[in-house]
Amino acid sequence: MNWLLANESMIYILILVIFLGFSVINKVPSVLHTPLMSHANAISGVVIIGAMIVMGQVEPDNYLALSLGFLAVLAGMINVVGGFAVTDRMLHMFKKKEAPKAEK
Amino acid sequence: MNSILSIVYILAVVSFITGLRMMSQPSSSRAGNQWAGAGMIAAILATLFLYRNEAGQALQNQIWIIGALALGTLIGILIAKKVQMTAMPEMVSLLNGLGGASAALISVVELMKLSDSGFVVGMTADTQSGIPSYVSRGILSILFAGLVLGGITLSGSLIAWGKLSGRISDFGFKGQHIINLVTLIITLGLAVWMIMDIQNIQPYGIVAIGILALIYGVFFTAPVGGADMPVVISLLNSLSGLAAATSGLLLDNKVILVGGILVGAAGTILTVLMCKAMNRSLINVLMGSFGGGSAQAGPGAQGTVKEISKSDAAVVLSYAQKVIIVPGYGLAVAQAQHTCHELEKLLEAKGVQVTYAIHPVAGRMPGHMNVLLAEADVSYDNLIEMDQANKDFESTDVVLIMGANDVVNPAAKTNPASPIYGMPILDVSTAKTIFVNKRSMKPGYAGIENELFFHPKTSMIFGDGKKMLQELINEVRNLD
Repeated sequence: MNWLLANESMIYILILVIFLGFSVINKVPSVLHTPLMSHANAISGVVIIGAMIVMGQVEPDNYLALSLGFLAVLAGMINVVGGFAVTDRMLHMFKKKEAPKAEK
Repeated sequence: MNSILSIVYILAVVSFITGLRMMSQPSSSRAGNQWAGAGMIAAILATLFLYRNEAGQALQNQIWIIGALALGTLIGILIAKKVQMTAMPEMVSLLNGLGGASAALISVVELMKLSDSGFVVGMTADTQSGIPSYVSRGILSILFAGLVLGGITLSGSLIAWGKLSGRISDFGFKGQHIINLVTLIITLGLAVWMIMDIQNIQPYGIVAIGILALIYGVFFTAPVGGADMPVVISLLNSLSGLAAATSGLLLDNKVILVGGILVGAAGTILTVLMCKAMNRSLINVLMGSFGGGSAQAGPGAQGTVKEISKSDAAVVLSYAQKVIIVPGYGLAVAQAQHTCHELEKLLEAKGVQVTYAIHPVAGRMPGHMNVLLAEADVSYDNLIEMDQANKDFESTDVVLIMGANDVVNPAAKTNPASPIYGMPILDVSTAKTIFVNKRSMKPGYAGIENELFFHPKTSMIFGDGKKMLQELINEVRNLD
């Protein structure tokens, strides 16, 4: 119970964000389903911040924890960079083709 | 906490939410993705340099962290550049698995720390930094949740990746649902028992939970076959969001919490949308009844198959008024999207109206086909969605089916015994003529026969999609 009281605001945030997440992508054309999944996947890479913080608190001579932390940061970073880059590549293809004429 | 860091975190959260919002429309989607990406990079850099723990210390082991960030950036950019558009679904799955791995590893490192200090309940001072660390049942629950969710995401995504890229085939056995359920119950039961008996936690118990979660991920994904794979990837995606959120709760960090829960909720909605597109329930999908041996498509489709030569097909296409191309995964595998666009241009030059009918789950993922055709420069306006296409078929002279199978299978409408019964399909049989290109008579991904191929209006053109289209193009050119 102590923990629940200490984290009351986090629990409020959690509940509100659940509803936000439900409503924020309610009407998506099926064209965008794959890019959207890829985009959401990249955002879930936000866990890397946790990996960095945890690794930053590991004692410098605890090599097992350091290696695991290294892997966590590495995996998270591949997820973030790969995710956003792959999504960008997919969406790049939806670009309207008559761009050069628009200038002037 | 540093106030600049707080501001960066808040802006990052705003960028995630607006990014997702902008992703809902084709015109703003690219900017939305870049926004969220920028917000994420800013949050990572700010954490690296500005983070201070409760004792006011900066992050230690900076060299290691920077090394991992640099290596991850390099690998991420390389794979994003190298991956082929056809391999996109499995790439998303692989990246998702890495996110799950990250979340699970965080739990492992934290549990190791607690294990070193002997799981003392209550306030204990960290020996090295003097930071009070609080071991409670709440924290232990969060750590176990991160471990279990991250573990399932990791192994499940790896299996999904292996299956989509053809490295692993479906496997399932009788009663697997029950074994799955039992595995899950044992995993959760073990976790609950350890949380209750917090004073007597043994490290091997924690290892057992991790291993069980990995096994469950494998069992959970392995029997799901056929067209259902995207649904599972989407579900695993939302799981990885929840896994991330546990770290947010653990570290009292709101960016991670909001980002993770946002993905968890949005991923769930996306999963439901995909299920709806296929008219299947989530439970059904997870039971893996699709293409899983038990399902028999009733009386197998019988009759004679009519074949047509490429030169005859070229004549029919050239003199048609209106042609609709139905692309499927076969087109993607053959890498024939560019050749297909070439044929389209050639026919349009002859005054034929050419459009593409896109089934919501054509390819291996919703929207996969659109991405592929966009890559080949096919105009966005020429892609029509299922409902419109089903109206258009009536006035269409030729429907050219390129490597699609299940999405045009009339059994979905007529045969209640068929495993795809109830799935909305492209009802091509109202068109005047149907051409089907396939490599062989092998059934589609769902593993069922297609009576459309035996339909009197249907003519088959066998052969590799790209080669066939190339020959068709040559034949059409020769007509002039």
